[in-house]
Amino acid sequence: MTKKRNLMPGVLLGLAIGTFILFVLDRGKGVSAALTAKRYLVEMLSILPPILVLLGLFESWVPKTWVEKAMGPGSGTRGAAVSVLVGTAAMGPLYAAFPVGLALLKKGASLFNLCVFLCVWASIKIPMILFEVKFLGADFAILRLALTVPCILALSGLVNIILGRSAFLEAK
Amino acid sequence: MFTEVLWILAAGLLAFSFLKNRGKTKNALRFSWKYFEGMALPVLATVWTIGLLLAFLTPHVIARTIGPESGAWGVMAAAVLGSVVLIPAFIAFPLAGAILSQGASISAVAAFVTTLVMVGILTAPLEAKFFGWRFTLWRNGLSFVFALAIAFMMGRIL
Repeated sequence: MTKKRNLMPGVLLGLAIGTFILFVLDRGKGVSAALTAKRYLVEMLSILPPILVLLGLFESWVPKTWVEKAMGPGSGTRGAAVSVLVGTAAMGPLYAAFPVGLALLKKGASLFNLCVFLCVWASIKIPMILFEVKFLGADFAILRLALTVPCILALSGLVNIILGRSAFLEAK
Repeated sequence: MFTEVLWILAAGLLAFSFLKNRGKTKNALRFSWKYFEGMALPVLATVWTIGLLLAFLTPHVIARTIGPESGAWGVMAAAVLGSVVLIPAFIAFPLAGAILSQGASISAVAAFVTTLVMVGILTAPLEAKFFGWRFTLWRNGLSFVFALAIAFMMGRIL
């Protein structure tokens, strides 16, 4: 996770220059960009610390064999079910799922289950479904959900076949 | 509400862990810090990019792009737009509902909503930092394709 750190100052400098130019050209847009960035930053800072603390505790307390058994290669249908449950139960934006996914992977979860977990975290959330029902209608929401679940399983299967766990870990 | 529960849970378990085993707790916090160190700058860059981008992709622009007059390309445009923007559900769904009631096609709205949650171009660099670019590109690319499939099927059925 440390390989590309040296790129970041450049990226941040570029963003700073971009923001400055935006401010000069269009003050209103510049202000709205800064406000949006601030809102997302506050959201991240309010949700990341407890997640990272929980992850640290997970790393040092949960035995590898547990995760391997529940979500590892060969955990089959039950493993997929566990991944779906873990993904739905958690809340928060997708970027909060990345460290969680990495922790699961390091403890022996399979690539397939990692992918299921990430996609489910991203797309299936009870409060989100309620919002969808309210604004787009129950037909729309339920049909989309019913189509999404098999699609997630299929795409995770494809990712698993294409990358393969061993090749994937070597790349890391 | 959920955030408060998360903080209380983390604090409670941390205290419990500390009482049980100080060494393990110290280790745990070291892990947490390592994660934070790896994430801090990329997260800052991501947030900043979102701010800049959303200054241009306002709800008004989004509504126009996937609205009724967008035509056959509307579904594709909606899927691309959903992949790029990152907006919370409490804005996204009312917006999608408004676009739908203005006469946009079911497929376009479904494509937008589905890629919105499943595909993240702005968060891809962060995802790649954790899982590598190969995984990130395949997961997001396939999600995009499946989102289009879901959108067309929904257009047929509803």
